Amino acid sequence: MEQIKPKKITLNPFEKVVEKLYELFDNNVLRYSVLITMTAFLVYLPRASSLFTQEIMTNMFFYVVVCLGLNIIVGFAGLLHLGYAAFFAVGAYVTGIMSATYGINFWLTLPFSIVAAIIAGLAIGAPTLRLRGDYLAIVTLGFGEIIRITVRNVGITGGAVGLIGIERPVFFGIVLNQISHFYYMFFILSIIAIFVSYRLYDSRLGRAWQYIREDEDAAAAMGINVVTTRLSAFIIGSCFGALAGSFFAVKMTAISPDSFMFIHSIMILLAVVLGGMGKIPGVVLGAIIVTIFPEISRDIGQYRLIIFAVILLVLMIYRPQGLWPDRQFQSTKK
Amino acid sequence: MTLWEIFLQQLFNGLLIGSFYGLVAIGYSMVYGIIKLLNFAHADIYMGGAFVGLIALSFFADSAIGNAWLGIVLSLLISMFLIGILGVLIQRVAYRPMLKAPRLSILITALAVSMLLYNTVMLLTHGQFRPFRTGLTHDSFFVGALRLTETRVVLLVAAILLMFILHQFVTRSMYGKAMRAISLDRDTCQLMGINVYKIVAITFFVGSALAAAAGVMAGVFYGTVHFYMGFFIGLKAFTAAVIGGIGILPGAMLGGLLLGLLESFATQIPFIGSVWQNVFSFVFLILFLIFKPTGILGRAESERM
Repeated sequence: MEQIKPKKITLNPFEKVVEKLYELFDNNVLRYSVLITMTAFLVYLPRASSLFTQEIMTNMFFYVVVCLGLNIIVGFAGLLHLGYAAFFAVGAYVTGIMSATYGINFWLTLPFSIVAAIIAGLAIGAPTLRLRGDYLAIVTLGFGEIIRITVRNVGITGGAVGLIGIERPVFFGIVLNQISHFYYMFFILSIIAIFVSYRLYDSRLGRAWQYIREDEDAAAAMGINVVTTRLSAFIIGSCFGALAGSFFAVKMTAISPDSFMFIHSIMILLAVVLGGMGKIPGVVLGAIIVTIFPEISRDIGQYRLIIFAVILLVLMIYRPQGLWPDRQFQSTKK
Repeated sequence: MTLWEIFLQQLFNGLLIGSFYGLVAIGYSMVYGIIKLLNFAHADIYMGGAFVGLIALSFFADSAIGNAWLGIVLSLLISMFLIGILGVLIQRVAYRPMLKAPRLSILITALAVSMLLYNTVMLLTHGQFRPFRTGLTHDSFFVGALRLTETRVVLLVAAILLMFILHQFVTRSMYGKAMRAISLDRDTCQLMGINVYKIVAITFFVGSALAAAAGVMAGVFYGTVHFYMGFFIGLKAFTAAVIGGIGILPGAMLGGLLLGLLESFATQIPFIGSVWQNVFSFVFLILFLIFKPTGILGRAESERM
């Protein structure tokens, strides 16, 4: 519309620091030694810290998993998902019902949780993604509330009270009931999630997602089936959420409809957008910030959502690529 | 009541609720048509309209205006005007810088605006229901087998009148013509000397004003307002817009009325009941997306040009 002027790229001080850090870490020896030190530190941490710290760290690892799941949908495929907490509820309730009501071993409920997520993902994604990508936003927004109404009014989910007495999982003869057990469980899960995300990012499928995100028409012209490729992103992301939900259910041993409110979907989305959509370290950073921020500023409680909204707004207008953006994402945007 | 009486009663209820959906759906559809944005904040604009109407009404109730309807009409107009301005402001601050950004960015912006409005009202009202005192009587009278109150009849007539005025505005005025042109091809319109930003602002004004009118009317109808009232009506207005064909204004009105009727009859079916009313309209949205995604009045066209 307006005349397009060639834009000079100038880095602000923050970006300069990030670029410097990036160059520093680009060195493989340094990179791996930092990673190994961090891992060792995180493995050692439960022995040296209070229960409160362990709880927050466990929560953080949990957020890393769900944020990486949402990142597949929002970051890789460029689809807006506003009801992620609902998929997480699907997993949590499948595990909860099977474990609390029928006494089935936790590990056996996981495949059912995935199947339930695939069914829910197909029911929501298939009709919607066939059309415009942005219909998905409002349909998932509705789905989030519909799931909440349903679990509140159906007998099998325990209504508004929820489910209690979900059995603790047993892992090679050890009953996982200490917070440190869950710390390690979610730590391992988040490492798996990071690994899977990287493999997906570099895979043929991951490239196809990013291609569609950048230019749908060009992707279609190159022979990528836009609908099924998008749907696969939506479903894989949903499975991440459902699995995280299952683990959430056994950690809490009690779940209720209030554990899966709209605000949770928004917090996860904020973490992804804040960190940098599509960039895995960025999303991990976003997850860390979103978990730690409410802990260090408890008194703002009721203003939290307003602050989140303002952060989202300012980010979108002034820094849509997030704190730690994907280089590919940055370079292709005009 | 006989079956026939129930049928008539539900028919009237459905039309009335449906006309509210229609008024909100028009705003969704207009904005979508012109800048291809699903304006999440629209539902909260409706809610804001109800609250501005409430404040204006309490002001008129204190001053000695004898007639209850006069106070309501005045508050309706005040609310429409102020919320219209709010819509333009939101458009200017949040959406206009994003018009050329990737699609995902503007959707997230719309979500942020919605959260901001919703939570601000929640804090200001402490999350409580507020009574919407109109001072109207609830005397009912019968037309054949149909039991009516003055309020309901006036609301339905007012909603249809507003839709009629809008239709005249869009089809007859210069601005309406410009809106339709922009929805076809924005870039060409700019080359033809249409001030696109001005027309987008006018669209937001009209859409928001209609949503505010629907909000005030819903307040008069239900007797209470609360911060959460916008959420499901936003979803339903989107459903209505999809049913009629998104971007098509008569479609939005028709879709609203149709959804209102369907919902009002569905709640009479055993096992569906009012708890499942919202779930029902969501299922209906999914079914429509599967079987008739272009809507009743929409032509089949592919997204790619």
